[in-house]
Amino acid sequence: MKRLKWFIGAIALMSAIGLIIIKPLPFLFYHDLPHVAFFGRALFILLLCCLLLLWRLIKGPTGADRIVVLDILGVMLVGLCAILTIPTGRSWYIDIAIAWTLQSFISTLALAKYLEGKGFDE
Amino acid sequence: MRRRLALFIAALAIWMLLSWPPDSQHLLAGIAAAGLTALLCGDLFIDGTRLFTRPSRWGYFLIGYLPLFAWQCLKANIDAAWRILHPDLPINPGIVQIKTSLTSDIGLTFLANSITLIPGTMCVNIDKDKGILYIHWINVKAEDSETATRLIAGKFEPLLKKIFE
Amino acid sequence: MVIAGFIFISIGLAFNVIGCIGIIRLPDVYNRMQAATKCVTAGTCGILFGTFLVTGLNAAGAKIIICMIFILLTTPTAAHAISRAALKNGIEPFKKNGDK
Repeated sequence: MKRLKWFIGAIALMSAIGLIIIKPLPFLFYHDLPHVAFFGRALFILLLCCLLLLWRLIKGPTGADRIVVLDILGVMLVGLCAILTIPTGRSWYIDIAIAWTLQSFISTLALAKYLEGKGFDE
Repeated sequence: MRRRLALFIAALAIWMLLSWPPDSQHLLAGIAAAGLTALLCGDLFIDGTRLFTRPSRWGYFLIGYLPLFAWQCLKANIDAAWRILHPDLPINPGIVQIKTSLTSDIGLTFLANSITLIPGTMCVNIDKDKGILYIHWINVKAEDSETATRLIAGKFEPLLKKIFE
Repeated sequence: MVIAGFIFISIGLAFNVIGCIGIIRLPDVYNRMQAATKCVTAGTCGILFGTFLVTGLNAAGAKIIICMIFILLTTPTAAHAISRAALKNGIEPFKKNGDK
């Protein structure tokens, strides 16, 4: 039974990734930029990761699971900003990434304090 | 005073990297901003800044610690990927206690971060007065504290003791 | 140099996908946090390093190095904070054989 579930999940995930790699969804803007074929596929794979994370965010049995998922979503968005940097050629995406790292860290610490049942001043 | 100076140097270095092609106007604005930062919140910076003035500690950090850390980090990722993708989930989790003899704040911070990023272990709680770290281990090999200490922190702790104590 | 950057970005994407599968599959918040933190940290650092190799050392490259250092410093600290909060909140660790 467990092996069967593993097999079905593996086939579903491999088919989703293969579909993204072979025939990606249309990339609406920016058709004629450098390396857009590679970075469009990378973008869609990261969006697939975010979908998997949202599944755990909906289903997660305790509050700590949801906080972990929010933390990991923040890190994932940093990667998305870094991927958007090269084909568009706008370097302020990296500024967004740095600010997002620090702000997500602080919000995770605040949520952990809330889960621990303390006030915000230690 | 020394703490404020260290914070000033760190803030100025980060500013110069953020505005990368270095020129004089950015340098002037950076000196103003870093001075204001060091004046306002200099007393929140880490303690023990005199450690960073000795070259031998920098040598141990750059030559001894960083390559070991990178190698362990790579091994940790391959190990975690193998455990996730295996159909039977070969995990045997549990929480063990290990002892440490580090006492300074920054040394304990580096030890906890290293333990979190080496294969299969994660630091859960620190009892600073007794020097005990509570470690969540994804595949428990030894329950008792002595063997666990030797297996987990055996490589990092002497090196960190040379760097930060 | 561009090809090397693309290889690093691909390795990072693979580690990100594996980390997300780990968040789905593993049975307990501590195990989830271990696998997810390690794999996603390494994956995002791989993506950032590949981007650095493609752009080279200019205005964007220096910022990418700062971003990598921040991620390597902050993610283990955040995981430590969440796990300590979960332990104090009374979430039991998962045991393999069901015995306490």
